[in-house]
Amino acid sequence: MAEIDENLAQREAIEVDRSKGDFKYEESYAFDAGVGLSASVVDYISKVKDEEPWIREFRQKSLKIFEGLPMPTHWATTDLDNIKFDKIRYYLAKGQKAVRTWEEVPDDVKKTFERLGIPESERKFLAGVEAQFDSEAVYSRMKEELEKLGVIFCGPTDGLRDHPEIFRKWFGKVIPAGDNKFAALNSAVFSGGSFIYIPKGVKVAQPLQAYFRINAENFGQFERTLIIADEGSEVTYMEGCTAPKFETATLHSAVVELVALKGAKIQYVTVQNWSANVFNLVTKRGVAEEGAEVRWIDCNIGSRLTMKYPGVVLRGKGARGEVLSIALANDGQHQDTGAKMIHAADDTTSNIIAKSISVGSGRSTYRGLVHIPKTLKNCRNNTECDALLINEHSRTDTYPAISVRGQKNSVQHEASVSKVSAEQIFYMMQRGLSEGEAMSLAVNGFVNDLVKEFPMEYSVELKRLIELQMEGSVG
Amino acid sequence: MPDSLVIKNLNASIGERPILKDFSLTVPKGEVHAIMGPNGTGKSTLSKVLAGHPDYSVQSGSALLDGEEILGLEPDVVARAGLFLAFQYPSEIPGVTIANFIRAAIVARQAKGAPFDAKAYYAELYAKMDALKMDRKFTARFVNEGFSGGEKKRCEILQLMMLKPKYAVLDETDSGLDIDALRIVSEGVNRMRGPDTGFLVITHYQRLLEYIVPDRVHIMWDGRIVHSGGKELAIELEAKGYDWVKTELATA
Repeated sequence: MAEIDENLAQREAIEVDRSKGDFKYEESYAFDAGVGLSASVVDYISKVKDEEPWIREFRQKSLKIFEGLPMPTHWATTDLDNIKFDKIRYYLAKGQKAVRTWEEVPDDVKKTFERLGIPESERKFLAGVEAQFDSEAVYSRMKEELEKLGVIFCGPTDGLRDHPEIFRKWFGKVIPAGDNKFAALNSAVFSGGSFIYIPKGVKVAQPLQAYFRINAENFGQFERTLIIADEGSEVTYMEGCTAPKFETATLHSAVVELVALKGAKIQYVTVQNWSANVFNLVTKRGVAEEGAEVRWIDCNIGSRLTMKYPGVVLRGKGARGEVLSIALANDGQHQDTGAKMIHAADDTTSNIIAKSISVGSGRSTYRGLVHIPKTLKNCRNNTECDALLINEHSRTDTYPAISVRGQKNSVQHEASVSKVSAEQIFYMMQRGLSEGEAMSLAVNGFVNDLVKEFPMEYSVELKRLIELQMEGSVG
Repeated sequence: MPDSLVIKNLNASIGERPILKDFSLTVPKGEVHAIMGPNGTGKSTLSKVLAGHPDYSVQSGSALLDGEEILGLEPDVVARAGLFLAFQYPSEIPGVTIANFIRAAIVARQAKGAPFDAKAYYAELYAKMDALKMDRKFTARFVNEGFSGGEKKRCEILQLMMLKPKYAVLDETDSGLDIDALRIVSEGVNRMRGPDTGFLVITHYQRLLEYIVPDRVHIMWDGRIVHSGGKELAIELEAKGYDWVKTELATA
């Protein structure tokens, strides 16, 4: 533990960047499942939410799976052993119902989201917003015209209760509880998140956004998201997240399932900026039916350890899957990210572009899985992973696993590692840029072609976060 | 001298190896001084030391820019104080366009949070690119990436013209240039000549000095200036060759 404390102390010094999210107001919770994980904690959550028996059973079964699965330290970092499951609080909420106007949000919570600029973004460019504070959404609203078109945007409790005919069919199917240890944990204690349904042919022009905020110490956030885009529909969903900087580790473990039916398009954008004490262990997967498209845009700037490999199962003919990801690992951080593309139909294409930046003692890892069986034809995958190292002791690893069989399929894989050289920095500084500005320009240049693909609002935010990170990393 | 770049008794080394040995030189604003000398005599080191390159260490001496010491300052502080170095081998910066790079350099000179006039910036950038006969498409190319030798040098002069330093050090700007590019680059520099700017032109050959006609020419040998004169000195040197420096001047 001594080593970890040292890391924390080191991070204190460089963490100018998280000032925006690093604050908290004192809280009292009406609903609290206590500390530690057990069958009764899981039942408490079910009871509070007044869930149907099948969901209770799903939770209890998932808890058993979680307990039975080993920690994946045989292939992943042993830092996972520092998660103390018996010290974590699994459910904390002020109330059970998200309100529909910011005025109704309790003052202290409202202050939090106002400081983070959420209501302002909603007014400016969003079609709908959900704001989750610890275990439950406190605010949720969507533009009326979308409601009239039949778009559903709610949490899992409401979704499974009010629209079982839509959501039950896919819930836990894209990512079964037994997929991995943390998916099982989420399945046992999930609370909050977004359940979205876009009806046939409806194209939602503006993004829907969810904002996840951890406010309590020793807390675990386990939101669950399920997005179903019906035939020919289109939607962009964006999520942001922050937490104050606590002395102890915090756990965030989400499950996100996407279903793009025939000809539908889902774009899912994440800008993850958790504080550097958060274990961020997230399972994300989408299914793309015939002619459908699932696109993950995944930016990991914060957290202590992130393990996340968004995937797409290309189930229908001509389906497309894409993962565009950027990971920035600063001192003391480990970004273990990647992508999975499972081709399961003819004429399917997938594209993975992963860029990682390691600064100081930061470590980035890329893990990729591309699977094309030999029974298929005309499938194509393109994978590019580029790593940028800023200092001598930065570290990057790439573990691509590509299994492509059959004569009629093609795969292209490129990987590169580059360094920001002392000469480049000197050249930029000779033009008047500070060392931090020079580094952030180099990093922004490195991710530039990828960021162009992002929705405008997010590329601006991302650029700003990179600048703050890089300036903070220079002594 | 407040309106000069004054280098006095400068001793600098790379690692254990001394390179500049009691080097002294004064470049007043409004003048163009040329430093000529054979390879390995310390010309490029001089430019790097003035610009604050971290690989070099200064043992003694001073370099006053309009009366302010610049030795020991960070490279960006020296740059913002008004010293520009046109590199012999400029670095590539993948993904960063020329337009954004020069813009970032200008913003770095402004007060924090001051508004940036993008319209005026592009008008000026385009005008200067026209003067250097650079295609406008150039603004969207990444800094020095895939540039020919001539394009790199033109890009350096474009930055010089946009940043308008008090003193500009041109390190072997003529290397790798064909005669047309040399003419264009020289025109760019000549356009900037005036009472507000001092130039230190470092070159191996006299050729560049036919286009950028210097007020003073200095011959450098083994880390110091061994001979100074007017523009005719460059021609004399060209005629007599560097052996002349070795046999007559270095021992003087």
